[in-house]
Amino acid sequence: MAKQDIRIAWHRFGLGLRLNEAPPADARAWLERQITAYDPAPPPIAAAAKSPAIAAEIFALLEERQQARQEARLVGEARPMAANAIGPASRRHLTDAIGARGAAALSTDTPFAERLVHFWANHFAISADKQRMIALTGAFEFEAIRPHVMGRFADMVQAVERHPAMLIFLDQAQSVGPGSPAAQRAAANGRKRGLNENLAREIMELHTLGVRTGYSQGDVTELARALTGWTVGGLGQGRAGEPGRFLFARQVHEPGERRILGKPFAAGEEDQGAAMLDMLATHPATAKHIATKLARHFAGDAPPPVMVARLEAAFVRSGGDLPTVYRALIASPEVWVPQPLKFRSPWDWTIAVLRASGVREFPGPALSGLQQQLGQPVWKPDSPAGWDDTDATWAAPDALMRRVEAAQRLASRAQSATLDARLLARDQFPGSTSATAEAVARAESPPQALALLFASPDFMRR
Amino acid sequence: MVDRRSLLAAGLSLGFAPRIAFARAATDRRFVFILQRGAADGLGTVAPVGDPAFAGQRGALAEPFAGATKLDGMFALHPALGAIGDLYRAREALFVHAVASPYRERSHFDGQNALETGSAQPYAIKDGWMNRLLGLLPPDEARAIAVAATVPMALRGKVEVASYAPSALPDASDDLIARVTRLYEGDAQLHALWAQATATRMLTGDLAADQGRNAAATGELAAKLIAPDNGARIAMIETGGWDTHAGQVGRLAAQLKGLDAMTAALKAGLGPLWAQTLVIVATEFGRTVRVNGTGGTDHGTASVAMLMGGAVRGGRVVADWPGLADATLYEGRDLKATGDVNAVVAGALAQHYGLDPARALAALFPASRATRPTEGLLRA
Repeated sequence: MAKQDIRIAWHRFGLGLRLNEAPPADARAWLERQITAYDPAPPPIAAAAKSPAIAAEIFALLEERQQARQEARLVGEARPMAANAIGPASRRHLTDAIGARGAAALSTDTPFAERLVHFWANHFAISADKQRMIALTGAFEFEAIRPHVMGRFADMVQAVERHPAMLIFLDQAQSVGPGSPAAQRAAANGRKRGLNENLAREIMELHTLGVRTGYSQGDVTELARALTGWTVGGLGQGRAGEPGRFLFARQVHEPGERRILGKPFAAGEEDQGAAMLDMLATHPATAKHIATKLARHFAGDAPPPVMVARLEAAFVRSGGDLPTVYRALIASPEVWVPQPLKFRSPWDWTIAVLRASGVREFPGPALSGLQQQLGQPVWKPDSPAGWDDTDATWAAPDALMRRVEAAQRLASRAQSATLDARLLARDQFPGSTSATAEAVARAESPPQALALLFASPDFMRR
Repeated sequence: MVDRRSLLAAGLSLGFAPRIAFARAATDRRFVFILQRGAADGLGTVAPVGDPAFAGQRGALAEPFAGATKLDGMFALHPALGAIGDLYRAREALFVHAVASPYRERSHFDGQNALETGSAQPYAIKDGWMNRLLGLLPPDEARAIAVAATVPMALRGKVEVASYAPSALPDASDDLIARVTRLYEGDAQLHALWAQATATRMLTGDLAADQGRNAAATGELAAKLIAPDNGARIAMIETGGWDTHAGQVGRLAAQLKGLDAMTAALKAGLGPLWAQTLVIVATEFGRTVRVNGTGGTDHGTASVAMLMGGAVRGGRVVADWPGLADATLYEGRDLKATGDVNAVVAGALAQHYGLDPARALAALFPASRATRPTEGLLRA
């Protein structure tokens, strides 16, 4: 049993065994310890660029481009000779951040905590699909998610909805209260500016309550009104505020008392929206929504209702204290069954393969390209709902072929002269009996043995 | 294999034959479903320029239609849809307007699930309507492929389907493939997926060289996957980027240009098979009638569906037009749904494949509010 539990802790809860890592004495204690040992800013993350610096750089490039365009017009050319530097700078920030995320996952001693970082980043998904915030996608995870993974859910919600990347991604930064001073000025000049309810809807539907939990179109609109003024410094007319930081712009805020889910919220500028978020973040529907998603992530696509109820109760009892919920998760017998419960996502699979190979750093552009090929480009899900966390999303014919292709490539890059795939197979999966060991032992070469190990059913699932 | 001929050869033993679900033998027909994820603005695609309320309600969103070619007395097509406009004039494109699935909320993810599973309640049905369609077809014709690395909900279900998208990864060696095949032998799930993957790999040849980066390449790729005799007959293509909350005029034009190029490439790639092809384009729901505060539109209700291909009785816009005046809007903001997109899809497919219309509707879209599927959409 002990051996099996260690395998489950490594793979189902963690990111796979790192090469030469010693097994812990007690699997559950090892997981619980990570709640306090977790470092929100390990060296690769601490070294990453911060939002204000990134925004200042991008804004400076924007100004340069505008100047160059004006100069080009003066000499009668349609567009400036110099290449546009914004796209490359943005993509460099993205791949740098992907490299940092990878390095944190590959070198961590608290892989369960890192898995939770990835879980929450997907829950509050933004997408580098939107050109305007590509450069900030990594900073969003590092600044809004990581500091709160071992804290209160409500604090994470407040940080997430204020982060420049989220405000831009879901169009909040441009939303204007129709009754605000700015809208009235615009109307006097014959221009129409108004609400955008995109962020408000996704807060209710995706971030907190969950879809079909009884809120109405009216509630969405009221939240959208309350959130007007939540924007990003350095954007918009006059470039008010510090670039890349949250800014409450009083002149676009819709004044007045609001009401959501039947509860009144007094007029109060930024505090009004913040109070609504606190209410939503601790709402019973949110507890159920979060409990269901966490259980599905660890216990399989159709998690046992009794387990969901247990996590939900922990959330409600603690007012959304996440460590309390994680402890209930670790204590759930439903997660400790020997058979695999989940098909690994491309990201999880790649990290597990690299950790098994002893890799501690992987170049950001290569990691980015690999995830693209495997069907899960980092921070680039198709929608604000994030990647669908079910087997059917990842277990598909072409996706499987690509994993096998990637297994071959990663095995050929690994130090196969010093990596014995037979020993890895034994160490990675204590207490398991499968056909993998035999296939690995019969391989024609060390790299092929590693490729078969990485492509094996044991590695594909957790 | 059981087809009509071998059944006939078996003479009078029909009464004792296993129950045959297929109405007829396989044909050469092709079907492509293009899903517009993100709620495409039907009013900005096929615009009711003849509606007296159109210009007032749409404001800046009406501008692209100034000078656009009219389709009939009421509708005009977005100018970015040049190739699709040509199809319309050749009577190979048909637009069905003011249609929606039975789902009436405004969540993308629920709406797409409802559309793809054929349900009114999201997540109530566990398989997709395209997969159930495969169950109604003879085995030779029940071969479908997702033009994507993974299989979308509409294609998920009991019948195995393939998936393919170009990859820049180096091909796995044949020896490794053979060994992986043996390694997966005892694993039911991986074995089935792997069998599909290796079969598709044989078919695509050098396709991996073309990156499928743009819409035209995707259309061309889909044609390559369904044109060969031993390829798939049915394909699904997913398109994103339709969620135009801000700056809609430019973004929607770019989106439609992509859809137009994809359609043109599909037609070119299919060659003579185009005559027996049905392409359906649909979205989970439409967008608000009025422009929002950021030059875009928010989640709405009814939109437009497109039917294209040589099989279509085109050159028409079919709609029970609800009107755009304030009093006629759904919940005071959206184009009202006067038609059921499920009935349109079921009707077209029933005719395409010679299935009993009522049975097709019940099998594909059990939640449809329509009692009969829409008929007469294809050439007789």
